[in-house]
Amino acid sequence: MALAKRIIPCLDVTAGRVVKGVNFEGLRDAGDPVDIARRYNDEGADELTFLDITASSDDRDLILHVIESVASQVFIPLTVGGGVRRVDDIRRLLNAGADKVSINTSAVTNPDLVREAADRFGSQCIVVAIDAKAVTPENDRWEVFTHGGRNRTGLDAVEWARKMQAYGAGEILLTSMDRDGTKIGFNLSLTRAVSDAVDIPVIASGGVGNLQHLVDGVQQGHADAVLAASIFHFGEYTVREAKLAMQAAGIEVRL
Amino acid sequence: MNNVLLVDYGLGNLFNVKRALEHCGAEVRVSADPDEIGQADKILLPGVGAFADGMREIRRLGIDHALRHAAAAGSPLLGICLGMQMLLDESEEYGSSEGLGLISGKVAAIPQTDSDGQALKIPHIGWNELVMPEGRTCWTGSLLSTTAPGTAFYFVHSFMAQPSSPSHRVADCHYGHHAVSAVIARDNVMGCQFHPEKSGEAGLSILRRFIAQ
Repeated sequence: MALAKRIIPCLDVTAGRVVKGVNFEGLRDAGDPVDIARRYNDEGADELTFLDITASSDDRDLILHVIESVASQVFIPLTVGGGVRRVDDIRRLLNAGADKVSINTSAVTNPDLVREAADRFGSQCIVVAIDAKAVTPENDRWEVFTHGGRNRTGLDAVEWARKMQAYGAGEILLTSMDRDGTKIGFNLSLTRAVSDAVDIPVIASGGVGNLQHLVDGVQQGHADAVLAASIFHFGEYTVREAKLAMQAAGIEVRL
Repeated sequence: MNNVLLVDYGLGNLFNVKRALEHCGAEVRVSADPDEIGQADKILLPGVGAFADGMREIRRLGIDHALRHAAAAGSPLLGICLGMQMLLDESEEYGSSEGLGLISGKVAAIPQTDSDGQALKIPHIGWNELVMPEGRTCWTGSLLSTTAPGTAFYFVHSFMAQPSSPSHRVADCHYGHHAVSAVIARDNVMGCQFHPEKSGEAGLSILRRFIAQ
């Protein structure tokens, strides 16, 4: 084996609970973050990503407690995103136990935040999350959307990924908005276009419904890591089953 | 003795290393006090970030002398990631900077292409497996004494340690067909490039062996 391709379960967290929606709407409760994190760790998850989807700023600090609890019991890399606006938000998340912080909307509204954060904390802990949606029927051009997919920015997703690499991002978390929650597979054209355009690792996200989709994300999308939520939360597949499927397809994984 | 002094020089993943050490049964004291460091039973030097920044803080706080003193006195000293790289003589990260000089050698950038000339993704992020460096046959007596070759650990780095002596090279990993130092050691001075505090059970077992030394 050389460097393994990673499987990253994603936990959307609000009010201290893990939830999962379809196309960014219609949330269902999926369980306690610490319980779920521990289970994924036992199954061999390579990392965990937490997205804080808390709407109210009053509840913002809840995610810090969630991260602290998980980081005291689960010893694999933890990425946290959602509502990160200032360098100080990043510092607090890292202190709480996050290994990486993912920046999404604020990277668009204030790209210098990415540069400042990378300078201060190192590129290795700065992930730029890109929510992209196809803007042509041919699915050959994609734009960046923000605010959980509500706002169109006019930015080309591939160009944006390149720019964020230049600003110091250590990884790109690429979510296909058209596919998120649909279970019909990653947007492979989008994934490949971004992955081939940057020299930093790309994590593919949005649309996983079965294990072949994970294989396709790596082999056809050229992703370095694959992120999925619902197929793991609701017990359809274990992380270990996912890894065995990837291994059977000839992909290097950590077992 | 399960006391570990965790060096706090203002950079890096102190809290997660502390949590992992405590999970493994260590009594952890976090300190930047050169006197305490100089007298500690065991020292862990963590670190994420840039080499020059780390060394500047270490010198400013007077920790460099304390670390050399403790190492010369035989205290087990483990550097993690940047903490390992700073054990060497110098780094070429952003120009040239002087390190602690506890293991002779330098720190160089991971090549940007693999042996076939294909672009490599940098940083080297993810789980990679440990292999025996050329010329080494076993890990007996090292931090890896109970680790099986092929066990994977979590790496995040763009630079790599290059000890001058092959005997200080305990384990490598392969990235783009390049041999990258993963564990280095000279007597009681040890370093691992990967993050044992983030490498699941395999990583915790390495911390337990360090604590038991």
